[in-house]
Amino acid sequence: MRLNNQVGYFQIILTLVLAMCLRVVPLSEEMALLNPDWVLLVLIYWTLKVPERVGIFYAWTFGLLTDELTGRLLGQYALAYSLIVYVCLKFHNRLRQFPFFQQGLFIFFCLLSSQLLLFFIKNLQHPAQLHASFWLPVFTGTLCWPLVYGFMHFVSLFRFIK
Amino acid sequence: MAVIASTILLVTEYRSSQNEVRSTLSVLVDPLKYLVDLPTSLVEHAARFVITYRALKLENERLREEQVIHQSRLLKFEALEKENIRLRALLENSFKLGEQVLVAELLSVNMAPYEHIVVVNKGTRFGVHPQQPVLDANGVVGQVFRALPFTSEIMLITDPNHAIPVQVNRNGLLTIAMGSGQLNRLVLPFLPSNADIRPGDLLITSGLGGTFPQGYPVAVVDEFTAQPDKAFAMITATPKALLDHNRELMIVWSKSAPVPLITKSITDKEDHADEVK
Repeated sequence: MRLNNQVGYFQIILTLVLAMCLRVVPLSEEMALLNPDWVLLVLIYWTLKVPERVGIFYAWTFGLLTDELTGRLLGQYALAYSLIVYVCLKFHNRLRQFPFFQQGLFIFFCLLSSQLLLFFIKNLQHPAQLHASFWLPVFTGTLCWPLVYGFMHFVSLFRFIK
Repeated sequence: MAVIASTILLVTEYRSSQNEVRSTLSVLVDPLKYLVDLPTSLVEHAARFVITYRALKLENERLREEQVIHQSRLLKFEALEKENIRLRALLENSFKLGEQVLVAELLSVNMAPYEHIVVVNKGTRFGVHPQQPVLDANGVVGQVFRALPFTSEIMLITDPNHAIPVQVNRNGLLTIAMGSGQLNRLVLPFLPSNADIRPGDLLITSGLGGTFPQGYPVAVVDEFTAQPDKAFAMITATPKALLDHNRELMIVWSKSAPVPLITKSITDKEDHADEVK
């Protein structure tokens, strides 16, 4: 399956774990509202980069771990991540050809639909009154995408002995 | 398939809050929480090392003074406790007594915005179980929301989904304090405009509901606004516990079985014994 890359499992898992750490890093209350969904961004990156390696299994597993980490109902992040990654897998060939701006737009919609799913599940659980700031991570996530992209590209250039 | 699996998980989790999958997964994930907490605790430890001798001495003196004061108060307290038990026996009333505590340290981990849930470093390995009350030195902090093997999640009293039965210390008025989503504020939404409550009143736990033991300070009323056009007044209170700057919390085991009634004969005997002395 090693076609055009030498990206190791080590790198993939390490970056995902790092993203999970960022997800729960202690921030002030205002900053916490802005904290984007790092795990999803990293998952999208790897799905676009190495679709033959990272797929729905990774998305589901790490979604489940994120559920546990953030104390959510088990399975909601797993569900959201697997669906988003499925869409990414479907369109990865086309997405790679997209100009950067268009890719950003796609990421925006990915994050938005993931947040929307979580919103529905939360509403089913108990109809909660949510702030408009619930949607803020979608915007900050999109703004962080170039950063994630750059960092991940840097990471994926390393060659580890396997 | 992933969709089906997640849906099944969601449904089972929704039905029953405690399941085995979660505690198994938490063993994988908990190290991450400790890892994220590491920088904060390291800084704290470092700060403890570089404290000056003078500051240490001053603190030591202050603590010793406090210790003496508390000790002398405790002397009184023991006698009062005995007296209370005896009086309750006269009233034929059972009495809850004695609570065991476990000191747990906060992990600086940010679970999710909008929810006031914190993580501490003691879990089911230490016998922690859900719905246990959590206190700090000043008052009630919250209750254990989810106990995992190595960590547990604690819902603060200020969480919007949390409510705690309280009573006004001055006159015993019973009500419920709900979280507001702000760390320094509780609301009392169920009191009429003519209720006997005023700013400065201390609210203590009433012991109703069975989760929180009776008599711990919760909050101080700071605003009372009568709303003539509505059924209930608007009352806000400030929690006594230092919810935002406190790393040590106490998890409490309150003995669920009340101390048995002391029969009249035993009290008589005790009284005689006292006389003999």
